[in-house]
Amino acid sequence: MIDGLLLGAVYGLAAIGLTLIWGVMNVINLTHGAMVALGMFGVYLLVGHAGLPVYATLPPVAVGGFLVGVAVYWVAVHRVINRPHLMSLLATFAVNMMLIGAGTALWSTSPYNVDLSLPGITWRGYTFTGGHIVAAAVAVLVAGVLYLFMRHTMLGKAIRAVASNRQAAELMGIPSNRVLAIAFGLGIGLAMTAGGLVATLFPFTILSGGEYQLKSFVVTVLGGLGNPAGALLGGLLLGLVEGGTTPYMAVSWTPVIEFGLFVAVLVAFPQGLFGKRTGR
Amino acid sequence: MKMLRFIAGAAALAVVCVQFSAKAAAADKTLTIGFTASETGALNVDSMNQLHGFELWRDQVNAAGGIKAGGQHYKVKLVYYDDQSKAARVQQLYSRLIVQDGADFLFSPYSSGLTATAAIISEQYGKVMLTTGAAEDKTYTLGNKGLFQIYTPATHYLSAAMRLIKEKDPKARIAIAYSDDGFSKAVATAASAEAKALGETVAFDEAYAPNTTDFGPIINKIIAAKGDVVVGGGHYADGATLARQIFDQKVPLRFISLLVAPDSDKFATLGAAAEGVTVPSQWEPSAAYKPDFGPTGAAFAAAYKAKFGSDAPYHAAGGYAAGLLLQHAIETAGSTDSAKVTAALNATDATIFFGHLKFATDAGHHGLQVGHDMVLAQWQKKGGSLVKEVIWPKDAQTSPVLYPIR
Amino acid sequence: MRREDSKTGMLRRPMPWLIAAVVAAFALLPAATGDVGLRETLFLAALAIVLASNLNLMIGYTGYVNFGNVIFFGLGGYFGVWLATGHGWSLYPAALAAGLLVSAVALLFGAGILRLRGAYFALATIGVNEAVSAVVTNMDAWGGSTGMYIPLDAYQPLGGPRQALWIVYFLMIAVMAVSLLLSWGIRRSRFGLGLFAIREDEDAALVMGVNPARFKAVIYSTSAFLPAVAGALFFFKNGVIQPDQAFDLTFSTEAIVMLMLGGQGTVTGAALGAFIYEYFRGYLLTSPLFSNFQLMVAGALLLVIVLFVPGGLVGWMIDRWPRLRGAIE
Repeated sequence: MIDGLLLGAVYGLAAIGLTLIWGVMNVINLTHGAMVALGMFGVYLLVGHAGLPVYATLPPVAVGGFLVGVAVYWVAVHRVINRPHLMSLLATFAVNMMLIGAGTALWSTSPYNVDLSLPGITWRGYTFTGGHIVAAAVAVLVAGVLYLFMRHTMLGKAIRAVASNRQAAELMGIPSNRVLAIAFGLGIGLAMTAGGLVATLFPFTILSGGEYQLKSFVVTVLGGLGNPAGALLGGLLLGLVEGGTTPYMAVSWTPVIEFGLFVAVLVAFPQGLFGKRTGR
Repeated sequence: MKMLRFIAGAAALAVVCVQFSAKAAAADKTLTIGFTASETGALNVDSMNQLHGFELWRDQVNAAGGIKAGGQHYKVKLVYYDDQSKAARVQQLYSRLIVQDGADFLFSPYSSGLTATAAIISEQYGKVMLTTGAAEDKTYTLGNKGLFQIYTPATHYLSAAMRLIKEKDPKARIAIAYSDDGFSKAVATAASAEAKALGETVAFDEAYAPNTTDFGPIINKIIAAKGDVVVGGGHYADGATLARQIFDQKVPLRFISLLVAPDSDKFATLGAAAEGVTVPSQWEPSAAYKPDFGPTGAAFAAAYKAKFGSDAPYHAAGGYAAGLLLQHAIETAGSTDSAKVTAALNATDATIFFGHLKFATDAGHHGLQVGHDMVLAQWQKKGGSLVKEVIWPKDAQTSPVLYPIR
Repeated sequence: MRREDSKTGMLRRPMPWLIAAVVAAFALLPAATGDVGLRETLFLAALAIVLASNLNLMIGYTGYVNFGNVIFFGLGGYFGVWLATGHGWSLYPAALAAGLLVSAVALLFGAGILRLRGAYFALATIGVNEAVSAVVTNMDAWGGSTGMYIPLDAYQPLGGPRQALWIVYFLMIAVMAVSLLLSWGIRRSRFGLGLFAIREDEDAALVMGVNPARFKAVIYSTSAFLPAVAGALFFFKNGVIQPDQAFDLTFSTEAIVMLMLGGQGTVTGAALGAFIYEYFRGYLLTSPLFSNFQLMVAGALLLVIVLFVPGGLVGWMIDRWPRLRGAIE
């Protein structure tokens, strides 16, 4: 259960990246999984080749993610942002294919591992590892900083303004293109940070991102598309569901519950369990 | 003018070269062996090791003058394509290998599912296909006539572990946790049945999704079921992760036996988490069989290390063994004719560096491996570093069993 | 546009002749030459055309992005193999029954998720695919994760494996022919016009007297039928069916790429895109130069199409030579 909650915070962080991009520009970012995987490899390479301590690699990975995100925005997303959904889905999917292709050529699909062993807390025979606790704390911290940034800085307010009404924001003199690029960069940065955190917990391959992308979709839908605070709650909820159902049924049924819940929530509450905003 | 003459000369030279090389090729016959390998996708690691085994065999055979049959020397040529670890193109590629590339013999793709798919094509053309990494017994009950399995079938993978537990710790509560894929499921189902037949207690028996990275829920359930021993796993990624998380969560286990993952020398990077973990292995470098033909285990291991710079995992040994066995069958048959080679393979009853090999020949299980035995290897700490020692069967032991492990 | 109700009117259009020519080429080329390699390549191309054409009914005609298209293919395969090997049915009724069963299942799913629009619908189709795949993995009646293997004996009623593979090939060509005719027929029908109205503006369509809920349910279920039959054929030929093969999401996304490449919304576009993509991927995979980079090359190609040629090949041709508009459908 508690394990689930700790992990849920990381799912939440990954999903915030997805939901932020969705909320601001109505784009479902299918590069999300590949970016999560790039974050994993970022941490791996920085630890392995630059010799940085594990957690010190997170800021450069986040910044790198931001820059990659801005670049991807200008290359692939900017031109399709006002076209039908299918176009932006496909543009991001194409970038995803290229990233996965390049990643496979570079690192093959073999698993990699970041070595990290922190003392854990043992309670009645069950041990919670230090890595999980730190990862959850970092995830919540990053989410909190993001919240403050969105509420209390000019840029954050500009992003929210563009999200709620792009035309109106432009009339107010907000350069919407630049703001959109920044928002996309932020979303990717968050995805890569979450990937980096996951890398400290579990081994990964270049294809691992796909699994977290699916989880992020589930979380995003639980929390309401385009609702960052909801995404964190959705992540915790997903973690709870995973941790809470497994003692009572075979583990192999977990995905059935997960995706069943996903579709049910989507059909019954298209605005998410915690959302008030309208999605479309 | 000078320039022109130069060009004419160069052209003439080129023509001569082409003719010469064409002649050289005609003198030595080539034998084409076709297969698909999983260069990308989920099966990439194991399949690539197997490919290395094939390549080492090819290089050694060709360096020694090729395969000799019926007074001819055949150079071995490998032709292979990437199947992406998916079934979709397997039949297309095997058709292409047979029809366009003129493959004389075939190796199987990696994994039982892809092999069954490829077999439908190979059988139609009456081709011999040696299978490595297709361990499920089911594949050989379908009525195929040209399949020959190099590996011990899945149902026997955990036999050694179950017998070892019976001897060391008959009261142990066994937890079986396995990857939910065809191969691991076949292994685990057989292991569970065998444990019960031996009068052991199976306290927990569950599958997890093959791409699982978080084993927290599984481990918590093992703790709740008071498991003393964990057997199962699946492939590299999940097995290594399971071992690491069992260690991180300080589960008090007396014995761990996982499929495939601990066989790789990468497994030692888990450090203390690897210590004591055992793996049922098709082959270990230290296993000293007296080969009837081909290299000794030590010679193979040394050649592999020289070429690829790492210790040979058993998938590589399996690949090499497949090549060696095919070569032996062709040389025994004295022909490259598929029917004659099939007869030679049917009659095979030999020991090579890989162990004893013999195939079932009854119609219901044709090609099933019935001669080969697996060993159980354990990671043990020797002089500050982790080494993999053979602990079972006892006559092949290189080090005593470490039990309990923690 | 003048409506041609008589059969002779229909036959004056170039489209049915084009379809007939393509189908004849697919059927005759490998049969005449006996080239099995060519047959296998065309088999995959025909399968791609079936999947892309039926997906086109949803994406191109109705404007609903279905990411879980592969679920029809996979479930059809499971029903077909299950009936053919477990219950001793012959392949023909098994494949047909698989199609009907999956269409019924699609009606059921559709009742839930078709109420969603746009991206929500796309996400829901992914969820449905993953959920069904997880259920099948846990279903012991269908072999669970091991899947179902087909014994060679199962091919005897069709005259042994060698002949069976030829028969399956011709059946797949037949399914392809029906797919193309279906796409063309719907495009020219009142029903098709209703779908186009939904694509342009669903609320306006309602005002115009189109019942979007019923139209969407019918087209969703229809678009399930032929891929399911194709799935039954494919997995019967494949000799084994396992959940990860049957419900592979990349198969769905590849079908979408094919549509984009050829141009969505037209019969020709879907078919052309499928054919070119399939051939191209096959080439990249077997060429030594590109096999490591095939995914990157395919991705770059898709990006270029999306950014610069959103109408796909057919869209580009129509822009270039407007007179083609009348001929290409």
